[in-house]
Amino acid sequence: MASARPVSARLAVDIGGTFTDLALEHDGKRTTIKVLTTPAAPEQGVITGTEAILRAAGVAAADIAILLHGTTLATNAIIERKGARTALITTQGFRDVLAMGNESRYDQYDLNIVLPEPLVPRHLRLTVPERLDNEGQVILPLDEAAVRALVPVLQREGVESIAVGLLHSFVNPAHERRVCDILAAALPDVPISLSSDVSPEMREWERFSTTSANAYVQPLMARYLKRLESGLRARGLTAPIFLMLSGGGLTTIDTACRYPIRLVESGPAGGAIFSAHIARECGLDHVLSFDMGGTTAKICLIDHFKPQTSRSFEVARVGRFRKGSGLPLRIPVIEMVEIGAGGGSLAHVDGLGRIGVGPESAGADPGPACYGRGGTHPAVTDANLTLGRYDPARFAGGNLRLHPEPARAALAADVGDKLGLSAEMAALGVVEMVDENMSNAARVHAIESGKSYEGRTLIAFGGGGPVHGFRVAEKIGIDRVLVPSGAGVGSAIGFLRAPVGYEVVRSLYQRFRTFDVVAVNALLADMSAEASAVVAEGSFGAPTTETRIAFMRYVGQGHEIPVPLPVRVLTAADVATIRAAYDTEYSRFFDRPVPGSDVEIMSYAVVVATIAEQTSAPSTPGAAIAAIPVRHQQVRDTITGEVAAWAIHDRTSLSPGATIAGPAIIAEDETSTLVGPGWTASINGFGYIELTRGAAA
Amino acid sequence: MSTNQALAGIQRQIMWNRLIAVVEEQAQVMIRTAFSTTVREAGDLSAGIFDLDGRMMAQAVTGTPGHVNSMMESVGHFLAKFPIGTMKEGDHYITNDPWLGTGHLHDLTVVTPAFRQGKPVGLFANTAHVIDIGGLGMGPEGRSVFEEGLYIPIVKCFDQGKPNETFFDFIRWGSRLPVELEGDVYSLCACNDAAVHRLVEMMDEFRMDSLTPLAEFIFDSSLKATVAEIAKLGRGTYSGEISSDGYEEPVTLKARMTILDDAIEVDYAGTSGLSQRGINVPAAYTRAYSCFGIKVVVAPEIPNNWASLAPFRMIIPDGTILNAPRPYPVSVRHVIGHLLPDLMMGCLHQTVPTRVAAEGASCLWNPPLRGGSSVSGQARGNKKVIGDFEVITFNSGGTGARPAFDGLDATAFPSGVRTMPVEATENVAPIVIWRKELREGSAGAGRTRGGLGQTMEIATKGELEFAVNATFDRIANAPKGRDGGGLGANGAVTLKTGEKLRTKGYQVIPNGNRLILHMPGGGGMGDPATRAPALVARDVRDGVVSVEEARDLYRVTVSEHGIIDEAATAALRN
Repeated sequence: MASARPVSARLAVDIGGTFTDLALEHDGKRTTIKVLTTPAAPEQGVITGTEAILRAAGVAAADIAILLHGTTLATNAIIERKGARTALITTQGFRDVLAMGNESRYDQYDLNIVLPEPLVPRHLRLTVPERLDNEGQVILPLDEAAVRALVPVLQREGVESIAVGLLHSFVNPAHERRVCDILAAALPDVPISLSSDVSPEMREWERFSTTSANAYVQPLMARYLKRLESGLRARGLTAPIFLMLSGGGLTTIDTACRYPIRLVESGPAGGAIFSAHIARECGLDHVLSFDMGGTTAKICLIDHFKPQTSRSFEVARVGRFRKGSGLPLRIPVIEMVEIGAGGGSLAHVDGLGRIGVGPESAGADPGPACYGRGGTHPAVTDANLTLGRYDPARFAGGNLRLHPEPARAALAADVGDKLGLSAEMAALGVVEMVDENMSNAARVHAIESGKSYEGRTLIAFGGGGPVHGFRVAEKIGIDRVLVPSGAGVGSAIGFLRAPVGYEVVRSLYQRFRTFDVVAVNALLADMSAEASAVVAEGSFGAPTTETRIAFMRYVGQGHEIPVPLPVRVLTAADVATIRAAYDTEYSRFFDRPVPGSDVEIMSYAVVVATIAEQTSAPSTPGAAIAAIPVRHQQVRDTITGEVAAWAIHDRTSLSPGATIAGPAIIAEDETSTLVGPGWTASINGFGYIELTRGAAA
Repeated sequence: MSTNQALAGIQRQIMWNRLIAVVEEQAQVMIRTAFSTTVREAGDLSAGIFDLDGRMMAQAVTGTPGHVNSMMESVGHFLAKFPIGTMKEGDHYITNDPWLGTGHLHDLTVVTPAFRQGKPVGLFANTAHVIDIGGLGMGPEGRSVFEEGLYIPIVKCFDQGKPNETFFDFIRWGSRLPVELEGDVYSLCACNDAAVHRLVEMMDEFRMDSLTPLAEFIFDSSLKATVAEIAKLGRGTYSGEISSDGYEEPVTLKARMTILDDAIEVDYAGTSGLSQRGINVPAAYTRAYSCFGIKVVVAPEIPNNWASLAPFRMIIPDGTILNAPRPYPVSVRHVIGHLLPDLMMGCLHQTVPTRVAAEGASCLWNPPLRGGSSVSGQARGNKKVIGDFEVITFNSGGTGARPAFDGLDATAFPSGVRTMPVEATENVAPIVIWRKELREGSAGAGRTRGGLGQTMEIATKGELEFAVNATFDRIANAPKGRDGGGLGANGAVTLKTGEKLRTKGYQVIPNGNRLILHMPGGGGMGDPATRAPALVARDVRDGVVSVEEARDLYRVTVSEHGIIDEAATAALRN
């Protein structure tokens, strides 16, 4: 029987490596819980968690209006090599594109590097005679008999999934489609991924790698999503299920089953959307999202409430976060840099007497020395504790008692004794170094993205973000830090804020001097229709917006700059305007435009998405009131090295309008926010902590 | 130690890290703004910061060991011509002098003074390989440097922020690719500008009036650490030699390496004399690749700077091919230069055998291709001519086997450049690459095997004639294995119809024919009969080792699908 109440609850589920996080919003209230991930059958954790959160919130399964889901399952399958037995059908003469990559070493000075194994081994990389030129003209017709001859090979090898990647297929997919038709007729139960569908962009290594990865995870993801759906339906859930995409949008189960590779980075994407939502609430145009957890820190740039996006990503890096040591994926992703700097990252001293931190991590077991579980090497958490930044009795809401002595001993043994420093000064060095590393990563990331980092607001979350936020901000010249509430399950909350959206990217090479308006309009209309169709499946008629972007560069340059296009049929008159927009963007990044150069457009992106929900108004903060500390604690300052009594505040007791002059610490169950010397904290109308540097707020 | 002293020590480490981030940012800006594919796709560039005495303090980790200390030496040459007192804010200085820069005319070096509060505090330098600098083009055919291209002495390209239009006019009219060349010069200046900006911010933040104390700290720590690593090696003198195919005759490089208490000295006495063609190596480039070959074994973790490189000293006799004087031709000095790390490792193998690799293909196989009227003359009547083009692709054979791992298949070493996608190359020139895949059977056998070479087949659209300026090596001299490992496969350069081409020099591929490049495989390490049978079986299944090679070289009986016959294998191996 239908419920009399309106169906309005929204549920988000984020499956991470250790925990499955759930967040449910209903009648303006939010409930969050964490349950353990069940790696063998991840839907079990989702179902258990869903039942638990429904009980906790007093909501019936049928009252859920929408379920939003993100998972690391695809990523894990690639990292652990547990995907399908996959074959790659490719152009004769190009059997080894996956293995040869860019023919370089990701570390110039390490003679013993190991490169990642391709997902498809050489004996399953099969070639057929065919060839298109760069304009998509056939210069060697497809040998259909050769395609048919592959069928018995694929059967003999027990191939479970097929990728097809032919040269220049992003310009003309005819040969790939014909290969697909022939194989599908002979092998109806084997899924086939075409490079011209999965990643229709120039650069064969990236395109074939993406297509192979899609094929590799497809059977597993399709099975999982079907089990999940039927399991939830059996428990009375009637709501549509949407999957979080690495690009920050949501899509249907059907689309996810066809392009599962677009799900790889959904968890971190949720975190970035969480930050973007907070930026929108607080009206912050330029934000640096800083999510520091147990093993890594993730940094993302957010302009005008939109996380920066990119079209390339590397998965399963073998070289400890080293760029170039993973498998390249060419898909829409939220662009972020992830470095091995978290609470568990271990400190050491290198051959030059320099303190190094990470990327090795103490992990959850044994964890940092201060956990008292047998860890003997110093982690960042040990250094923070030794500086006096944590109250040993209240860490993680009092659930995990910290032990100062093992932390001191580990710092002395691995760092202090080697450099003639006390354990306290070693702790200072470790914290300064990890802050410096994160700051440098943020700076280089901004430059690689062609963005500035000055003048942004840092949004800090994750267990470590609020602890290290003020100092990272100082190092990159930022004067404002925001610490939202609910930071422990930020990704799941982010899912609740994500629009239903889809991005289509296609290559169409054009020079401005010979710009073909008709061809571009036809392409954009086609892309718009494709994206709109995907979104229509899940938007239920909600209004949508469309964004069109051209990726442009000076003829001969290698890196494109995204330039927005008007969302309508282009006319000849638009060409000069677009060109001028490019010069402006270019000068903004690189000081001076290059005289006399023509500009080329490499590709286009069209994004269709439902309109981001409006944010609720903040409560009006009361008059500024100086908050009363609950006690004081001896903390060592990392800039002066001096120890002083820092005021400790309890976050739950602070109301909007409360102000705190640094140095101080605002403690809560999930983390601690450090208000450095020279900083002032205040609680804004949303209950978020806002830190400002310099003149008192 | 007082708190203040401890704090100062920690601060210096933080500043050193920041300085490395500044030069990484400098390199990134160049990659993002460069026009030449050699820089933006292949990563053939370097960037670094120098103190006012011209000593390098930090260098970005990029793809080009050849620039390691050749760029480092170049800043001193700039300061000799333009003393720091004469430099103004906003000035940029440039050269491509092979003897003042990095060894051939295709490398541009730009030096920019950094000013803070009106006072010079340091210098930034960078180097990038551009695609065309006029003259004969990249290749060995020049008989003197004057034929090899446009010669840029050290001049100002920007004077207090204003472009030197006379200079830009010269380079625009002197190159086949004026837009790319001019764009690259802008890019080199932009990246130094960005670095100057960051350096000033850093000095403000850390309240530094001068870079000198930081420089002393970096140099002191780096020298001590390098000397400590040298001390772990066995004292003594070790000799080695290696052969290149040369241009007009084979070239032998001989080295005697002496490990001293606090330095490593390499004497190249006995090395072949100069060539008439552009394979000669300027001394700075010899030092660069010698240093890289030693450093990658002895002290790979220590960052490059003036002090960490100082303990590696080269004695390069006059008249040898490794010490080319002006105006000898030097355009493709990398062909010989890339062999030097193999030679260094051959010497070091005698003291630390488990820390070196076997010989690899080493020399990049970069065919400079050209087509159109300068190759074929004018189209007329029924004679078709391909449109004018100039393109180069970077490609690699196999690297030598490592003690614990196989060599890397089709991967650059010692150079660190990347290849360009075939689809991108075909979009910038009217060529068709019909084949680019691993070369079966090319790996040197061993307990660990060498990396596989690769094969390329290149034509133009419509199979019209074009030219290659060949710069290939290891055709007559295959990469050697170590400790019982076998030779990697020799390289080969032929037409599709089978005729052999010369390995060096300008040659035309006629209408209807194609260029075939078989790149060498890496040498193996250790006795192949001790290789794990499962690895042999995998290679057979993958089609890169034949059933016969498995049986005869590796003593493993295995089917073509990779199924091992355990009993037969045991019998073969006993």
